[in-house]
Amino acid sequence: MMKKKRLFENIIHGIFLILGLITVGFVLLITVYLIISGIPAIREIGVFKFLFGKVWASTAAEPSYGILPFILTSVYGTAGAIMIGVPIGFMTAVYLAKLAPKKIKTVMESAVSLLAGIPSVVYGLVGMIVLVPAVRKLFHLPDGASLFAAIMVLAVMILPSIIKVSITALEAVPKEYEDASLALGATPVETYFRVSVPAAKSGIAAAVVLGVGRAIGEAMAVMMVAGNVANMPSLFGSVRFLTTAVASEMSYSSGLQQQALFSIALVLFLFIMLINAALNFFLKRDKEDSK
Amino acid sequence: MKTKKILALALAAVCVLGMLAGCGKQETGTVSTDGSTSMEKVIGSLKETFEAENKGITVTYNPTGSGTGITAVAEGRCDIGLSSRDLKEEETAKGLEGTVIAYDGIAIIVNPENTVDDLTIEDIAKIYTGEIKNWKEVGGKDAEIVCIGREAGSGTRDGFESITDTKDQCKLKQELTSTGDVITTVAGNPSAIGYASLASVKDSVKALKVGGVAPSEATIKDGSYKVQRNFVLVTKKDTKLSDAAQKFFDYMTSSEASEIIRKAGAVPVK
Repeated sequence: MMKKKRLFENIIHGIFLILGLITVGFVLLITVYLIISGIPAIREIGVFKFLFGKVWASTAAEPSYGILPFILTSVYGTAGAIMIGVPIGFMTAVYLAKLAPKKIKTVMESAVSLLAGIPSVVYGLVGMIVLVPAVRKLFHLPDGASLFAAIMVLAVMILPSIIKVSITALEAVPKEYEDASLALGATPVETYFRVSVPAAKSGIAAAVVLGVGRAIGEAMAVMMVAGNVANMPSLFGSVRFLTTAVASEMSYSSGLQQQALFSIALVLFLFIMLINAALNFFLKRDKEDSK
Repeated sequence: MKTKKILALALAAVCVLGMLAGCGKQETGTVSTDGSTSMEKVIGSLKETFEAENKGITVTYNPTGSGTGITAVAEGRCDIGLSSRDLKEEETAKGLEGTVIAYDGIAIIVNPENTVDDLTIEDIAKIYTGEIKNWKEVGGKDAEIVCIGREAGSGTRDGFESITDTKDQCKLKQELTSTGDVITTVAGNPSAIGYASLASVKDSVKALKVGGVAPSEATIKDGSYKVQRNFVLVTKKDTKLSDAAQKFFDYMTSSEASEIIRKAGAVPVK
């Protein structure tokens, strides 16, 4: 009887292991595939020319494959979104975690969750139909599709992840810290900003990194508001991100052009790996802090 | 055991008979087509209805571009080449033959608020290459022109740029990935200009006259509307097509196919 039970246990363990390995397998498969299909074009074009070339004209008679405009656009776009999204998200998180009355907190938290659940194509659509014409009128531009419009959309898109992770971090701060601060005569707001926030700083940093990851990997919404012309980035100019560079040309591409698109994807992948490494670093430090 | 065996035999016999019956009625085979990406929609719809009517025949379509398609026929790598431009002299000299099945009209669209309603091809080319920057230069309001185009590799872009002779010279404000996006953007910006396949143009935008001629099926057919090109089937003059390929070729050039071509957004020849 015991033997049978143990055998059954082992089988279940085995099944779970296999299911777990499926995920790992996919990660490996994608990584290996990206590297294998991304390297040839880089080799043919030349690393320096590819990464620092300023002109992308993939279907021209004399094609040129420089992705510096895309890299810079992705970096600037993400930085802009973080600059707008983080203060809003952070303050919201402090309010929701510490100050808000219970009723308001429930309503606002479900609103944040809803924002997280909106598909990116909907963000893009609203951006395209409402935001882009608004930007055009507000700044008296000939056309509103620009880096600025993309930053605005990305800033809204990263809010939920920043808010949610920050709330979790702030709520995990031991109540004793705050009680001690209050007992020493600090006001509640002083306590939250001087005690709770510093205690939760690793978690909040993780929230920001998560926001960066979301912003740099977004394609659909950005494609609909950024104009997609491979210019060097300028705030009110039409720009193309790393993600949209891959997405917009993939369907018709062939030969070296297609290989170069894989190389762009590889560069994007490396960026995201870096961000993930940063995220892991912060989360690990968070764990060590709380020990 | 015995009954099972008999049953299996009977089933097998039925299967074989079914196959034979299938063979008797229909031809089988594959037809490979290769070429123009612009013709994707037309060929796609034709292939679908053709395959539904001729169960045994499979049609393959390889969207590589007109030039590659023509070379593929010449080298015998496919049955029928698809080209969205007429054959050049050196290509017909190689023994190739073109059969026009449809015309593709590209509408030049602007916002309905725009007061301009007629441009020449030269004007359009100058607008897209950045030589004309303001609508007042072509008789409109004082507003900077916003050129909307399609992504690299798009058939419509290729068609527009080859007709206006602006290949690789267009200075675009926006590069969008679908006809619908172009129309929405032009509808939302009073100083925008864009191009889209005539069949998909809606009331939310205004299709310009080109050289005084408004785009319509009639003006495209008689050639007076200039922003158009031919959809051409390319075959070898001296080599006979396989039965299946000939059948598909006949089908595409029949008047029965016209309605399907029209639905796919092009103007049929017949």
